[in-house]
Amino acid sequence: MYFDRFDPFKGEKLEVMDKDGKVDEALRPELSDEKIKELYVRMTVMRVADKTALNLQREGRMGTYAPVWGQEAAESCSVALDDGDWLVPSYRETGAMFMRGVPLSLLYRYWMGDERGQRFPEGTRVLPINVVVGGQALHAVGLSWAMKLRGEKSCALACFGDGATSEGDFHEAMNFAGVFKTPTVFFCQNNQFAISVPRSRQTGSKTIAQKAAAYGFKGIQIYGNDLLAVYGAMKEALDRARAGEGPSLIEALTYRFGPHTTADDPTKYRSEEELEKNRPFDPLIRLRAYLEKKGLWSEDEEYSIVDAATKEVEKAVAIAESAPPAPPTDIFDYTYSTPPPYLQRQKEAIANG
Amino acid sequence: MAKMNIVSALNMALDFEMAKNDRMIILGEDVGREGGVFRVTDGLQDKYGKDRVIDTPLAESGIVGASVGLSLGGMLPVPEIQFEGFLYPAMDQLFNQVARYRTRSRGGSAVRMVLRVPWGGGIRAPEHHSDSPETYLVHTPGLTVVTPSNPYDAKGLMAAALRHPDPVIFCEPKRIYRAIKEEVPEEDYTVPIGKANVVREGTDVTIVAWAAMVRDALKAAEELDAGGVSAEVIDLRTLSPMDSETVVASVRKTGRLVITHEAPRTLGLGAEIAARVCEEAFTSLLAPVERVTGFDTVMPLFKLENYYLPSTAKIVAGVRKAMEY
Repeated sequence: MYFDRFDPFKGEKLEVMDKDGKVDEALRPELSDEKIKELYVRMTVMRVADKTALNLQREGRMGTYAPVWGQEAAESCSVALDDGDWLVPSYRETGAMFMRGVPLSLLYRYWMGDERGQRFPEGTRVLPINVVVGGQALHAVGLSWAMKLRGEKSCALACFGDGATSEGDFHEAMNFAGVFKTPTVFFCQNNQFAISVPRSRQTGSKTIAQKAAAYGFKGIQIYGNDLLAVYGAMKEALDRARAGEGPSLIEALTYRFGPHTTADDPTKYRSEEELEKNRPFDPLIRLRAYLEKKGLWSEDEEYSIVDAATKEVEKAVAIAESAPPAPPTDIFDYTYSTPPPYLQRQKEAIANG
Repeated sequence: MAKMNIVSALNMALDFEMAKNDRMIILGEDVGREGGVFRVTDGLQDKYGKDRVIDTPLAESGIVGASVGLSLGGMLPVPEIQFEGFLYPAMDQLFNQVARYRTRSRGGSAVRMVLRVPWGGGIRAPEHHSDSPETYLVHTPGLTVVTPSNPYDAKGLMAAALRHPDPVIFCEPKRIYRAIKEEVPEEDYTVPIGKANVVREGTDVTIVAWAAMVRDALKAAEELDAGGVSAEVIDLRTLSPMDSETVVASVRKTGRLVITHEAPRTLGLGAEIAARVCEEAFTSLLAPVERVTGFDTVMPLFKLENYYLPSTAKIVAGVRKAMEY
């Protein structure tokens, strides 16, 4: 219903809950108030975890980190997935992975420079973080194609940003998905900047969503800070994919409040005014307003929500920091299934100091 | 036992495994209806259907990147890149993804695939259709790179590659695709990955070759034999991980080493082989290591390619130089 109603060529965008928390009931997806509350609480943990990661990096306890501050609703795209579906993340999907059930302590370990943080619990249908921009879109296409060939009703969700849409792999992924009608959902978080370069420098087309038309499938532009729009568009795309109707592209308009990564200084390329102009569109503010009207949120309760979130995050930090360091020989153990003799000798050399 | 060439031997190995393993699929440009531009996958689409032998859009990164996902989704993809010169658009997926997946996930999810690529010069082809870029692949940890020099090994190596737990790049020497016919068993067998093969025993000099150059090395050995020089010929077969033990053992016996490959000389695999032999068997060497290779130039078009490519005569000259040192 959404994809046909909101035409990116006409500049139409899906918004279900506006910035003041007012919901257009005619557009509302099937999501109970209790579930919205639950997601709000998880999104709050995501925000606290994100802020904590930034602080840990400043204190030298974490490496370069890509924050999701301001993008918590768009990062919640993964909650629409079924258990059998796959999440295929870029490096900015700490939130999406957390919402999908990847333990926060593992995500922290990864950003603390320990690759063992990318080994997820057995059966977690989440791929490791991919750092090469756009490359993972093809993996999502292949994965969902495999599901189709195996007769599974599962889909794959490819997450990427506006910058990735300039990459050749984005084109090849969209093209393969269109040709083979794979059950893939392409979810682009258009947070307006690829590090410092604005969206207008990534493409001459008016929207990213309209690009889907060129590949023979549907695209929609949504307000990505609106959890209900994210959830509704995701559900429709997944339903269609499961029904054998192929891929979809969702362009979620959002705004990154933080830097690209901790290695970046955003004051070089955007003004304080612009940032302030975007603050009222914060995805959490509107949820609070909505839940308050429903009697499901209060200032007092917020303290306990944040307090519980802080405790949960502190626990994850403690687990991540107390993990015993990997032995140096760990470098060698995954290059080949069985290390060849010369690698075995290199491993012994490091083991013997 | 039927006599067959490398093309038929590869087709037979793919056919056998496809019948046995319903997770295996072949994908690439023109691999379906056309059976591949060299006909290696001929007849397989008719036999296994369009969902298992798949003509894809013309996009090399797409073919390899989608294969990564297919593999992670439980399939065994066998992608084909039509010529080695068109591997470059897929290098990002190959180097940054395929080769690193097991490491990145700390063993959680490894990519399995057999990427087939026609390799090397000598078929009077256009630009980008005659190169030998194996060094790039061998330099990349995590990739397994094999290349057969005859129909028997082609079938056995392909069977082994299709059951190998790591991603394999299968370089197919196009110059000898149809040039050698020999008896190939109908029944299933494998040629082990990671093992070089002493194809001719000798006592005076070791010649290391692979792919199409093995045939030239064997001819050179025959010629040298007539002149009283006994040459041992080693077919490397697996380029990575390289079986330098077999080469070192041979040089300990012969005392001389000549390496031949089509690829440019600088940082060609000859350099690595020479280095390993110097590390392991320096005192056995009676002469400097000789390299008989392509030049450090762009591979020329076919009017000049025979000047570029190493040959039997050049190998013989290389051996003589080593013998006369």
